[in-house]
Amino acid sequence: MSRARHEPLAHLALAAAGETTGPDAGVTLQAAPYQPAVILRGESGNAAFLEAFRAGMGFDLPLAANHVNSHAGATALWLGPSEWLVQSTTGQAEHGRLAAALTGHRHAIIDHGDGQQIIRVSGPRARDVLSKLCPLDLEGPDLAPGRCARSILARCSILLHPLPGGGYHIHVGRSFADYVWRLLADAGLEFGVAIGGAG
Amino acid sequence: MLLLQCPWCGDRSEEEFACGGEGDIVRPLVPEELDDRAWGDYVFMRRNEKGIHFERWRHAHGCGRWFNVARSTVTHEILASYQVGDDRPELPE
Repeated sequence: MSRARHEPLAHLALAAAGETTGPDAGVTLQAAPYQPAVILRGESGNAAFLEAFRAGMGFDLPLAANHVNSHAGATALWLGPSEWLVQSTTGQAEHGRLAAALTGHRHAIIDHGDGQQIIRVSGPRARDVLSKLCPLDLEGPDLAPGRCARSILARCSILLHPLPGGGYHIHVGRSFADYVWRLLADAGLEFGVAIGGAG
Repeated sequence: MLLLQCPWCGDRSEEEFACGGEGDIVRPLVPEELDDRAWGDYVFMRRNEKGIHFERWRHAHGCGRWFNVARSTVTHEILASYQVGDDRPELPE
């Protein structure tokens, strides 16, 4: 029996609202739709494990702290020395492909897609909005595209992922999504907030 | 506000961390052979150092890893941070 997926921010009726607070909004907020994602645990010192991942997925797991690698519909974000978030960018679940590739190697794959909400923050003042709430140095090289960082936004744990095209993806636990969304909308008020479509 | 150096993530704000108290406390290998006083020492007694304090911190909102920090309890200066299992680093006088 399958049940309809319930998006964490569905109650805000963002698609129906679709409004902008001004024509030249400084920041745009978008609630990304569900994307399959897993948390992968494995031994970063185990060459066979790393090779199995590369053979199955077509790219290397990022071993340097807070780096991101991606290839052909999948992105791996460094979360810890033995922990990665493997995110599908095509909507196709990677769980099966990953599990097949890593068979025989010590690892754990934990489904995380429904555990998180991704909020995209973009626009010319996106960094100013995040700076109000997050202690990270957003202007430094550590948060250029290709990097990521787990940190806090106000009182919530987040994963911050700067995007190559500008803006940020904020991954937040689904039960915190409403709080974080409202915080961002409030922090952006002085710059003008636009609510975007699915991002 | 302290700026702590996570051995993996580098300098991060104290907000991201949780302090785990004094470090390098070894759990007795055979607890049932300890008398109450020795067990009480292990569980409760801490050095409460005025000066350089070796303590455990966890990058709770970051990479989630435990590590050790040498901190002056007088000046709040962070003198060193190092991974669990590493030897205590040489500290400047």
